[in-house]
Amino acid sequence: MSARAIRIAVFVAAALALALFPLVGGKFGVDFVTKMMVFAIFALSLELLVGQAGLVCFGQAAFFGIAAYATVLATPRTGAASVWWLLPAALGASGLFALFMGALSIRTRGVYFIMVTLAFSQMAYYVAHDTPLGGGTDGIYLDYTPALGIAGTPLLDLGKPWPFYYFVLAMLVAVFVFLGAILRSRFGHALAGIRVNEQRMRAAGFSTYPYKLAAFVLSGLVAGLAGFLFAVKDGFVNPELMGWNVSGTVLMMIILGGIGHLRGAVIGAFAFSLLEEFFKLDSVFGDFAKHWHLGVGLAIIACVAAMPHGIAGGRLRRATASNTEDAEVHRGKP
Amino acid sequence: MNSLALRGERLTRKWGGVVALDGVSIALHRGEIHALIGTNGAGKSTLVNVLSGEIEASSGSVELGGVDVTRWTQPRRARAGLGRSYQRSTIFPQFTVRENCRLAAQARFQRPWRWWSPASADEPTHRVSRDVARRVGLGEALDREAGSLSHGEKRQLEIAMCLATDPQVLLLDEPLAGMGAEESERMLALLAGLREGHAILLVEHDMDAVFRIADRITVLVDGAVIASGTPRAVRDNPGVQTAYLGGAA
Repeated sequence: MSARAIRIAVFVAAALALALFPLVGGKFGVDFVTKMMVFAIFALSLELLVGQAGLVCFGQAAFFGIAAYATVLATPRTGAASVWWLLPAALGASGLFALFMGALSIRTRGVYFIMVTLAFSQMAYYVAHDTPLGGGTDGIYLDYTPALGIAGTPLLDLGKPWPFYYFVLAMLVAVFVFLGAILRSRFGHALAGIRVNEQRMRAAGFSTYPYKLAAFVLSGLVAGLAGFLFAVKDGFVNPELMGWNVSGTVLMMIILGGIGHLRGAVIGAFAFSLLEEFFKLDSVFGDFAKHWHLGVGLAIIACVAAMPHGIAGGRLRRATASNTEDAEVHRGKP
Repeated sequence: MNSLALRGERLTRKWGGVVALDGVSIALHRGEIHALIGTNGAGKSTLVNVLSGEIEASSGSVELGGVDVTRWTQPRRARAGLGRSYQRSTIFPQFTVRENCRLAAQARFQRPWRWWSPASADEPTHRVSRDVARRVGLGEALDREAGSLSHGEKRQLEIAMCLATDPQVLLLDEPLAGMGAEESERMLALLAGLREGHAILLVEHDMDAVFRIADRITVLVDGAVIASGTPRAVRDNPGVQTAYLGGAA
């Protein structure tokens, strides 16, 4: 069985397991896995930048939060908005901000890029925090769950846990497949080249700036999708969605899963959420459960020490050594 | 008579108070290997960087194929036919030889943005990568990871990546650096074969190789040209002998 066939089989098995989970998961389980899938989409957006384009963005929360806010603010007070226009509106808001932020920040490199993206993100945070537009620290509520239908006929009731779960699962699969196709394309290969050696790429004739900007905007759109789903799921947004700690959390997710391949982002988002939930268990940790951050932090340090290339990284290294093209696709390697 | 492919005219590059290039003029002709020699710090790499567009000249102009490209960016000059290699290998070590060449070839073909079809199914770039790899002697190593190549093979791959962009002009910065005798001979044979159809600027410290292969030689000292001409004329130039060849050539 080829490496590609194995990977497709694992992907299909994982998608099937997620599709069947609501049958056994219960209400809490469905809600929890929905949240994990939203964060998996969010992590995929950052993986595109960090793992594939080599741009360590520390402002990813801005796209997530802006789309979430746009979802709430664009929803009419009189009734449910249609997903067909609300979702593009939310993505448009995050995509435009990504275009603005990327156009300026991509001119910098290394630690300056990290700091500039953080600064933009904090700017968005304070706009939500300190102005009536974003409801201040209290945040704002989504009055009506968006409606998904065709010609007045409802397709899915996104206000109910099960339909929303499958909607999010469909989005996760679509994003994963779409980004996989992107990374296999000429564009993806050029990004891989830019990540490894931008100087060589410019010498070969690649204007690297538009490539990086396109990756940045695409990443903003995917993060915006996660933000939209988050707002619909929780029905509430507040400035903390755009805080630097959210950007740090999603960065930790992709580090935990393994930078350089899409599945690492998904695995990392799931693993991080599970670790967080585990260390919050009163039944296991008693009073210490309120210090769950410490437990999660120590667990991540242990994971990274034991698996420097992330949870998905060990397998990738073996595949690299055997030089199979398929195994390299998600690493952005031509 | 060979046609003019690249001309640098009165090129100056200053770094604060330091003048790295001081009014250097150079002309490269198709079908010629033009060597650029000089001691360390003479400004050879700076000149290559200015010609390729990697750094801007403080003053002066660059013409490629008769077109003024002074204000063009490096990628635009590269797409117009100006290829370059670096002192240190700048290959993609974790990619295969084929992938390295394919990536370089990708820039020269239209529609580099095609998002919807796999690059691995792109026949034109595949064909180019096979051709250039064969041309530099790496035809049997197409599927080897570039990082596992010997130093000499890496330098060959660097040349292959330049060729994949279909250049008219090649600016080669010390392609023989760090090579053993056998590898140097292989590289010299390769460069001699590339003379046809290309204008080559060869920056090199190996004087034996330079005087064997170059059609013209320009000597830089402290950022300025002190001599330029045929190998015999340069060898016999008293100024060159004093400043660079130690008077014993």
